[in-house]
Amino acid sequence: MPDQLIFATEVFLNGLMAGVLYALVALGFVLIYKASGIFNYAQGVMALFAALTLVGIMKGQVPFAHLINAVFGTHVHYFGWNVPALVAIVLTMLVMVGLAWAVNEIVFKHLVNQEPILLFMATIGIAYFLEGIGDMMWGSEIKKLDVGLPQGINLWIDNVTYNAFGYGFFIDNLDIVATVVAAVLVFTLIVFAQYTKQGRAMRAVADDHQAALSVGISLNFIWVMVWSLAGFVALVAGIMWGTKSGVQFSLSLIALKALPVLMLGGFTSIPGAIVGGLIIGVGEKLFEFAIGPMVGGATENWFAYVLALVFLVFRPQGLFGEKIIERV
Amino acid sequence: MLDSAPSDETLLEINNIEVIYNHVILVLKGVSLKVPKGGIIALLGGNGAGKTTTLKAVSNLLKSERGEVTKGSIMYRGEGIQDMVPSDLVKMGVIQVMEGRHCFEHLTVEENLLTGAYTRGSGKGDIEADLDLVYSYFPRLKDRRRSQAGYTSGGEQQMCAIGRALMSRPETILLDEPSMGLAPQLVEEIFNIVKSLNENEGATFLLAEQNTNVALRFANYGYILENGRVVMDGPARDLRENPDVKEFYLGMSEEGRKSFRDVRSYRRRKRWLS
Repeated sequence: MPDQLIFATEVFLNGLMAGVLYALVALGFVLIYKASGIFNYAQGVMALFAALTLVGIMKGQVPFAHLINAVFGTHVHYFGWNVPALVAIVLTMLVMVGLAWAVNEIVFKHLVNQEPILLFMATIGIAYFLEGIGDMMWGSEIKKLDVGLPQGINLWIDNVTYNAFGYGFFIDNLDIVATVVAAVLVFTLIVFAQYTKQGRAMRAVADDHQAALSVGISLNFIWVMVWSLAGFVALVAGIMWGTKSGVQFSLSLIALKALPVLMLGGFTSIPGAIVGGLIIGVGEKLFEFAIGPMVGGATENWFAYVLALVFLVFRPQGLFGEKIIERV
Repeated sequence: MLDSAPSDETLLEINNIEVIYNHVILVLKGVSLKVPKGGIIALLGGNGAGKTTTLKAVSNLLKSERGEVTKGSIMYRGEGIQDMVPSDLVKMGVIQVMEGRHCFEHLTVEENLLTGAYTRGSGKGDIEADLDLVYSYFPRLKDRRRSQAGYTSGGEQQMCAIGRALMSRPETILLDEPSMGLAPQLVEEIFNIVKSLNENEGATFLLAEQNTNVALRFANYGYILENGRVVMDGPARDLRENPDVKEFYLGMSEEGRKSFRDVRSYRRRKRWLS
């Protein structure tokens, strides 16, 4: 095989893996958008917050340590214990459910039947609030997250490809884990949405709030459920990204990478989020590989958005989005 | 058409309610009515008379539209239901079919029906049986069970909405404007189904309708609303014969078709009526 093609294949595979991570973030958006028509700007920050909380709990950090010390003149920082990863993940999930409940109780309960733009603005508010609270609770330094996921080059793939092509592919173990986790997550969510009573209720709420109310579906329950699910997806995304590049505040910006993914896949489609993520991941890596050197690189910053624009023009509902039903 | 006699037992009783939207707009100014068990009660009146608001006050869908019952009481089986959330009311057996159908567009017809059973704890077998029951009343829905509701016709959507309500095993159905936007033949078909549901399944209906003619043929009793007040009520048979109702709502008068010259007297009498 010619060298160029071998490199391209490696780039392609790495693109797939990066795409999985985009898809994980996009998935959270889709869930909330599907059930409430809210574009949740805070999804990226939720991933950050989940990761921060996870690290904080694992290390036995005292929440709001700076605030407590400033007010009471104490010097507490750590409880002095370490929590096993699995327990910490469960505890973090509880925090995310609590967050979902609070967001609904404090904000969205009072905004029923309001304009989508208003709800969107509310999520921007939540995003910045959450970022601030995360900072206050756990501090703003970059943290290392290690929940015991395998990391580093996958030697088996390296060996196999070396024997086959005389060149070993570099595939990160973590990316493989992320792919498997994402696949399981998507499959579960699809089954949940399509075939369970609560999933059906969730889609019903997405279609028509009033009608859902009229058949006795509790909007509050569904919304807390959906935000909790989105919180869970955010936690998974936070673990993956956090393990890969450390838990830092720039994590909240990956939310913006999820936007083109959504435009490609469709805002309302769970499989769309995955396929969109993969296309963007592969597309931007291959584009950078093939065209990047000719235009001086850094195409990864804008490629996804250009692709999204093309989709907006020619297929506004995305690849898998629900057709906009219009009876004439 | 024969009026099947409803029982004497009162299911729903509305006493002199006032409804205000957004804290300022007074929509109902003291509406009282009674719905006996097994009856079909018609709530008649023009646009903005307060029919929909009355129904929503009962089903408590008002809150999500920033409306509020500020005076009076609403009793169901002798129990005050004003502060109950819609899901509790559905469990009690009171469900509303909203004006304009409001099917879940992206769900299939069958999925729409299944959402109606949301509040029930019953097992799969029971729900399957009820699906069959709904399909027996609305055979058209069975043909279209796998289609997305948004792509079905207006009549089918109305059937879907009524069928969905039936899936909750309701005692009382609040039916809002079932004839809206439908061809006369379909209106007839839907009212016939309502009648047979009433006779065979013992379902009680409170229905809001602008189509006075059809509504009074199928109902036992009617209330006429104007400007948020009940201006007239009586057995459907009597209302049909009432000269004012005939003139203002059924478009018939002693002298045959009205000419434009009579409009002034029409206005005067209409004002007196309200």
